[in-house]
Amino acid sequence: MKVLVPVKRVIDSNVKARVKSDQSGVDLANVKMSINPFCEIAVEEAVRLKEKGTASEVVVVSIGPAQAQETLRQALAMGADRAVLIQTDQDLEPLEVAKVLKAAIAEENPNVVIMGKQAIDGDNNATGQMLAAILDWPQATFASAIELSADTAKVTREVDGGLQTIEVGLPAIITADLRLNEPRYASLPNIMKAKKKPLDVKEAASLGVDLKPHLKVLKVAEPAKRSAGIKVETAGDLVANLKTAGVL
Amino acid sequence: MAVLVIADHDNASLKDSTNKTITAALALSGDVDVLVAGKDAKAAADAAAKVAGVRKVLLAESDELGQGLAEAVEATVVPLMGGYDAVLTPATSQGKNFSPRIAAKLDVAQISEIVEVVSNDTFVRPIYAGNALETVQSSDGKKVITVRATAFKAAGEGGSASVETVPAGAVSAKVKFVDQQLVKSARPELAGAKIVVSGGRAMGSAEEFQKVIEPLADKLGAAVGASRAAVDAGYAPNDYQVGQTGKVVAPELYIAVGISGAIQHLAGMKDSKVIVAINKDGDAPIFQVADFGLVADYKTAVPELMDALTAAGK
Repeated sequence: MKVLVPVKRVIDSNVKARVKSDQSGVDLANVKMSINPFCEIAVEEAVRLKEKGTASEVVVVSIGPAQAQETLRQALAMGADRAVLIQTDQDLEPLEVAKVLKAAIAEENPNVVIMGKQAIDGDNNATGQMLAAILDWPQATFASAIELSADTAKVTREVDGGLQTIEVGLPAIITADLRLNEPRYASLPNIMKAKKKPLDVKEAASLGVDLKPHLKVLKVAEPAKRSAGIKVETAGDLVANLKTAGVL
Repeated sequence: MAVLVIADHDNASLKDSTNKTITAALALSGDVDVLVAGKDAKAAADAAAKVAGVRKVLLAESDELGQGLAEAVEATVVPLMGGYDAVLTPATSQGKNFSPRIAAKLDVAQISEIVEVVSNDTFVRPIYAGNALETVQSSDGKKVITVRATAFKAAGEGGSASVETVPAGAVSAKVKFVDQQLVKSARPELAGAKIVVSGGRAMGSAEEFQKVIEPLADKLGAAVGASRAAVDAGYAPNDYQVGQTGKVVAPELYIAVGISGAIQHLAGMKDSKVIVAINKDGDAPIFQVADFGLVADYKTAVPELMDALTAAGK
């Protein structure tokens, strides 16, 4: 079984995003970038499937600038077999990412796509669902457990109010939630090995997909700052303050 | 311009997030219809008909809609979109599951988790865990929008709309509902609660979480939340997670117990009216957003707080 895992290069999750002073966007110059944490979970899941013998090949795909090769190497170091970079300097919207992935899927023919539920930059939580819709494949989003068989996947999903389990026929799109697994740290030998694994680069423009944006960003502003309040000495003081604030 | 709101409900009643999404929809247009998609959901549809400002309620029912399958909701909504210029859904996990499918089928962008309607085509939405607010203008003919409900006031009662039945969309045989395990609780719902008490990693165990956080919540009539660390460690169910990728809450009072305050957690609660932090580490980032901070071990501070609340007549 072949597993395809799309991965995105984003701001590191431990770095606080800062808005540019001209309000044109978030300042990413000289900021640490990493693999999107949810994509990392998806890679881990695919690699575990390979280690269990369920998957035969794990292909990682990224859509982004040349530097996204680092992100792909990170996934290869975790244990993916092969990588494809679909290169563009344009910041694509989820629908266009889904369309580019559809083109990549037509070439790779995976049995299942496992991807992060959300990227921590745009916070859209949309690409997986859109990809499923345009492929007419079933979707299982926000997965906290995946049981794969030859032609179905039984997926436990994190939903409002608890957990839901659904069964989808393959091929399908599965999006990973936080509790699916805890990604490994790549070992130094595996990081070295990853440098020799195949990484193909192709131009996004060569895929014949309309990449025109639907949304125009008029401005990116900093939210109203919350300032630190006061420290109270005792629980009694706390209750008195809350009464004065009118919230008790 | 006519707008469709897809209701968040439990078949018997409407969730508060629906009323809030109706308010966002009314900022776009005076012609707002509400779709209630579910199973045996007449009561929820009747409740939607009573919300002020609603023109018409559409009721679609099937087993698959009752199970909340994304394909079923999308297949129900897309054929209706001939009559609407926008469709708004509360950004719950259910809404996030189906709404992007509707956008993809209509070949338009989804505008995710809006917190403000600037005009018919321009919206404000948080990005980067709420560390930036992006104002976007859509060039799409039809707008598919999810709404961060906590940013809008709930539309009240006073409507008397008609309820009309519409066909439920068919689902391919490739998706099957197996079962669900829902957390049953008599406490208020986390997303709409007036007071939220959240526990963090400091609790150390599920037993401790239940022993410390839950009685405090019950004393205040509050909902219970948790940090990602507490949920990951199994101290609290996933449904309790407050944060960038969990639930976003904005109660009158948010009490964070033993929570350090990672960026991702702050993203889910920093719009609360009053924030209280109880943490023994005086340098914890949570204190930078807290209105009232108590630097103390929760093991002594929470029992003292319980006593102080009792003394204050709570």
